[in-house]
This record gives sequence, C-alpha cells and structure tokens, in this order.
Amino acid sequence: MDTKSIDEKQQEIIDEFSFFEDWMDKYEMIIQMGKDLPLIDDQYKIDSKLIKGCQSQVWMHAEERDGKVFYTADSDAVITKGLVSLVIKVLSGHSPEEIAKSKLYFIEKIGLQSHLSPTRSNGLLAMIKQMKLYAVALQQQNINT
Amino acid sequence: MIEEHKLDRPPIDIQKYRQDFPALHQEIYGYPLVYLDNAATTQKPKQVLDALSQYYAYDNSNVHRGVHHLSQKATDQFEQARITIQQFLNAKHEHEIVFTKGTTEGINLVAATFGRTFLKPGDAVIISALEHHSNIVPWQLICDQQDAELRVIPMNDRGELILEEFGKMLDEKVKIVSVGYVSNALGTVNPVREIIQRAHQFDIPVLLDAAQAVQHIPIDVQDLDVDFLVFSSHKIFGPTGMGVLYGKEKWLDIMPPYQGGGEMIETVTFEKTTFNKLPFKFEAGTPHIAGAIGLDIALRYVRKIGLKKIHAYENELLEYAISELATIEGLKFIGEAQHRAGAISFLLDGIHPFDTGEILDKMGIAVRTGHHCTEPIMGFFQIPGTVRASFSFYNNRADVDRLKEGILKAQKMLL
Repeated sequence: MDTKSIDEKQQEIIDEFSFFEDWMDKYEMIIQMGKDLPLIDDQYKIDSKLIKGCQSQVWMHAEERDGKVFYTADSDAVITKGLVSLVIKVLSGHSPEEIAKSKLYFIEKIGLQSHLSPTRSNGLLAMIKQMKLYAVALQQQNINT
Repeated sequence: MIEEHKLDRPPIDIQKYRQDFPALHQEIYGYPLVYLDNAATTQKPKQVLDALSQYYAYDNSNVHRGVHHLSQKATDQFEQARITIQQFLNAKHEHEIVFTKGTTEGINLVAATFGRTFLKPGDAVIISALEHHSNIVPWQLICDQQDAELRVIPMNDRGELILEEFGKMLDEKVKIVSVGYVSNALGTVNPVREIIQRAHQFDIPVLLDAAQAVQHIPIDVQDLDVDFLVFSSHKIFGPTGMGVLYGKEKWLDIMPPYQGGGEMIETVTFEKTTFNKLPFKFEAGTPHIAGAIGLDIALRYVRKIGLKKIHAYENELLEYAISELATIEGLKFIGEAQHRAGAISFLLDGIHPFDTGEILDKMGIAVRTGHHCTEPIMGFFQIPGTVRASFSFYNNRADVDRLKEGILKAQKMLL
C-alpha cells in the first residue's frame, strides 16, 4: 500500500525532474511516461468520460476501493498523456478528502506551467478539476450510503 | 504552384529587410527564433514601432473635431492613412476605405448592413468550404435573422474549390458571395477573378476576405472589380485592432450604418438623426488612430520592398519548403492545391499535431497547431487539426531547414 502523501509524491517528481538540464530530456521523460501509462479500459473511453480541451482530448475514469480513489486515463496527445500520468501518480490511491484539498504545485515547479494556463486549453487544468470533482462525488456517495 | 510574377532568379536581397524586425532576433529556449506563424500574425518592423511611439509620445490627439494644432496633426496623419490604403488597393475613391477593427469586423459590418437591406426570406448567400469561422458565422447569423439560405462551394481533397459546383449555385436568389482569397488553414489561393466574373454575370456582388492575401499577393480592387474587400492590419506588419473594409461607393452609399455613435452622424435630435457621409457613416466612435498611422507606415514599407518581389520570393521559399518537407517519411500534407500562398499544413503519421507543435516550440520554432478556426475544413479531412507553418518574406531557407530538422527530431521523440 502506498503510504506517501500527495505532497511527498510531488516532491519526488520535482526531484526527479531537477536532474534534467535540457528541455528535451524533460520531454523525453514525459513522453515515455505517456507511452507507459496503462490504457483506460475501452468501456470508459466514451464521450461521457471525455474532458474536452481545445486541442487534445483526455478520457478519465475514477473508481473507489477501500476509501481510496483510483484513476485511469488516456489522451490522444502523448505529451498530455505523460502529464496525465504524472497527475495520476500523485493523486491516485488517496482519500477523496485528501484529493479535494490537494494543491498541485509540481507542474509549475518542473517548468510546465504553460500547460496550466486556461488559454492554453489543452485539457490539463480541466482534467485536474474533474479529478477533484470525481473525488468529491465519490465522497458524497459514501455519505449518502 | 507559382501563380504569377515568377522571376528567373529568387531575389535574395529581400533578406536584408529581416534586420528591421526586432522580434525575429531573439532566442527562445536557447535557440534563435524561427517564426513560422505569420498567418496568425506578422512581426512589426521598427519603422512601424517608431511611428506608434512617435504618435503616442508627441502627436496624440483626437481626430476630426479638434480646433487645436495636435488634433489637426493627428487628423492629417489619420486621413493620410486612408489615402495610402486607397493607393495600396488601387481603390477609385478615398471614401471607399472604411476603418474597422479587423477582418472579422469588416465581414460582420457587411453581413449585418448589406444583409439587413438586401436579404429577404428565401434568398441565399454563398460562401465556400475553405472559409475561416469569421467568414461563416456572420453569414449564418444574418441568414437566420432574414430567413435566408447559406450555400457552400465545396472543395476537392486537394483543398481546391470546385468551380463547376459554384456555377450551379448561382441563381437570382443569391444576393451576395463572400469568399476568402487565400485559405488560412491550407494556403489555397482561390480563383477569385473567375468567382467575381461569374457572380457578376448574375449581378451578384462579391466580398473577398483578403486577410491571408494582402501580404502575399498584389491586389488591385478595380482590376478585380471586387465589390467588398476586407483585411487586417496585423497580418501585414501593422498594429493589431486595426482593419480595412473596401467597398464600392455604390454599395456603401445604399447600406445603412452599422453602429451608432459619435463621428458617424451629421445632425442629431431626439426626433431624427441624419448620418455623416462616407466613410464616416461606418466609423462610429473614436477610431484606432495609432492603428491607422501604424498601418500607413506598414503599407509604405511593403510598397518600398514591392509586393511583386515579395510574391516571387515567397513562392520560391514555399516551393523549397514543400519539397524539403516532402522528403520526410510519414509526413502528410493537408491541402495540396496547385496555387498556394503563405501556409503549409501537415500531419505526422501517428502523432497528434499538438505534440509536434510543442516539441517544435521547445526548439525555438513557432508554428500553429489545431483547427485554425476552420473546423469545417478539419471535418472534411476527418482530422483533429494540423500543424501549420506559415511564411512571410522575412523567412528564409535556413528557417525551412530548422523546421525540417525540428520535425525529424519531434518524430523521433514522439513515435
């Protein structure tokens, strides 16, 4: 069982990326992560799971096991997919409360803040919002049942 | 591919003008910038920047109604810009030049005022499959409002309009034809002379969206006999927020005003307002004075180099780019029209255009990715978007070589 906190995981990523001096090495890493991301189950690659960005699309599915939220996702753009895999790595396996109140600062720290700009609209910002909404929704279900 | 004005030898000396553009001489992520997003906007030469600075620093004043020296000076410069534009387009009259915010406003102005006056239920407007959203949506709005029909000239899979189909669409119901001169997404140069001639056989006026043409192709509105022509200043080295609508006097005269306000009136009472003469009837409010002055300088700058020379040089550069990119395995051109200007659109097999654009950016190469505000074109080719490299006369073969190198690198990383 993963016992690291969300912030500890963020710090790990920041440390990992700090070794790269060159932009291209950073991108090689993200692209590799994108390629390695386990694909989302085909049954979830549907419009209702689609987070629409201006240029690339992200499909995202969340489910709960033992009070923790687990995400799977896919994207048609591999760099987006790499970033998605980083966000999943950070948030997956945590409780809805932890996810809902988390602050994701690692994207900025590793120099990819342009992906978070609302005008960029490539889906990452919308995706993070959606992940938190899923967490809150799952939490709500728990309270109701 | 060469449309006209082909020279035997490419005029290399045109490259000396590159020095005039400060923005081109900077490093992006440690690489010298390669700016290939000229269809989105062009860089500004220092002559234009100096003119803007001079105006705001020393000549700033409102136009047309001031009694004082500076107001007169600003008015003189502002109205001089109109004359420069008139000469640039070879318009018959100075008052056929209306200042707008840009191409989009120009089209909206014509769609709203011409449409309101001449479109009746059951009438039709013709546009083409190659249009930018700004030459689609204004017509959809007015067609909805007037209960008129929108007809679309189809294209073939090379991205060229099918003129035979256009011919079949022309009838007495059609009240206006509005087409682009050059496609911003694919670079296709449309046979506008023929389109205008055919429409005129039915006495149908034609609006040309020349946003992607004025900076590449010499235009003479009288020779083309076009009824309306619109373009944006920022795509021809001038300031943003500034544009031009050319309209034949006979049309502008009978079209009602677009917006109400200052400048556009003759007299106002609460009972009745009479409108100013052309072109002021269409210029409500304080205009973009600095924009007009900057555009004036930009057009003089272009005139100094010579559009024929620019056209020939760019054709040669575009041919070089196409032949170089064609050697890349897995690269597919989107749009392969015989006549092209400005832009090249392409996709790499198995790679999302957004990924390609992002890697190119990190190598200091500015291109555009996405649907380029032409979703119907992307729908036609069934693709999410393209990578678009668009050229200006200040680009050169070294830029093309960097682009090719960047694409090969992106391909290696992303596949």
